[in-house]
Amino acid sequence: MKYAASLFAGLILGAVLFMLGLYLNPFMGQAKVSPLAVTDGQVMDLSFSAVPANGILYTDHGESAVIPHPDRVAELWEPTVVDTSVFVTELLDGRGKFAGIGIKYLSKSEQTELIKGDALASSVWHIFLPGQGTFMIDQTENFWSYIRDVVIPARTSSGDNWVGSFHSVTTSGPGALGTARVTGGSGVFAGLTSESVEAITVRGYSSVSGPVSMDGNLTIELPEIAAATE
Amino acid sequence: MIKTFVIGTVLGVLGSGALTWYVPAVDLQRERSMISVRPNIGNAELFHINLPRDRILVGLPNIQNSIPAGLKWPGEDYLGDMQAELFKVRDENNVVVGVASRLASATNSSGAFIEWSLHLPARGTIYVEMEITPSADGFRNGEMLAGTQDFLTLSGSVREQFISEVSDDADLQGRIQLEVALVAPLEDEL
Repeated sequence: MKYAASLFAGLILGAVLFMLGLYLNPFMGQAKVSPLAVTDGQVMDLSFSAVPANGILYTDHGESAVIPHPDRVAELWEPTVVDTSVFVTELLDGRGKFAGIGIKYLSKSEQTELIKGDALASSVWHIFLPGQGTFMIDQTENFWSYIRDVVIPARTSSGDNWVGSFHSVTTSGPGALGTARVTGGSGVFAGLTSESVEAITVRGYSSVSGPVSMDGNLTIELPEIAAATE
Repeated sequence: MIKTFVIGTVLGVLGSGALTWYVPAVDLQRERSMISVRPNIGNAELFHINLPRDRILVGLPNIQNSIPAGLKWPGEDYLGDMQAELFKVRDENNVVVGVASRLASATNSSGAFIEWSLHLPARGTIYVEMEITPSADGFRNGEMLAGTQDFLTLSGSVREQFISEVSDDADLQGRIQLEVALVAPLEDEL
């Protein structure tokens, strides 16, 4: 019995050590600087509040810390969409003025491998910019740094929250340089094929209600034709 | 006893590693794809949206008519006549398999457009541009602009049809039917 208890205690310690190693591994991290920061082409910046309550609409399965809103929005409780959220938000241009509307679908990815520091999600933006046109952004996002540096510290803090300054590029693909793929739809973006990157800046997070202060930013590389008409 | 404890610790580390490596962290629910083979033009799959049951959002120029109640839609002042709709999407077995957005504008200064974006979490997303004018028989045809994941290499078309008076049920007053026809590239095109 003594030996069984000793083995069990060892197993628990081993599991805890493994988790700590995973959590503290300094080699797992994400870029804080956008791969498009060194591009020669023109870029368009679109920013938004990534706090779901500040958006136009947010919905998911309804059991998460983040409350869907408006109050009577349909929830995605069906088994095939239970790991998906939908976020609709106003997008602002570089001067902080209204630029358009963005609809973001985000689904957990089966490519997630925590042992490699990959907490992945497949996300798609469907965007309309009045006077310019529409386009879609397809990307893989990695939220490992966000979970490690913001979400877990908030959960383990006595106040159930995290306050600080965290910035990370969440886009990790499908482009070879870790960029998202942009496909133009209508207007000046018709026929466009380009790249983009999404980043988040977090200043406050509550483990009870989710992000309290979080901004998102989309940087989209524009070929000359689209840039000239912007 | 210390030796047993050390062995247990090593086994704990290795076991946790093996568990993290081999057990998938995410396992998305899949429904069987209801695909039919079309002569010479690839595969076809039928999706539909039950109205009003599957509506998530309707953003209209007149904010008062937007859905759901309490929606802070920017409206005509910011978006002109652009209409945005968000739905749950069902397969032929009437099972929800994804979500979709439909954006449309007839007078946007950069040109009129009607677009669909179909997001099926376990399979990928299809981005479609529809023709502005529907055909005489009530259909609206569209062309796939891009696809992701399972749809990445495919090309194809989408046919949209609105069917009214589906049932007496108040939750099922109409139906949007989307017939997606997809073609894989030839081997030498890959």
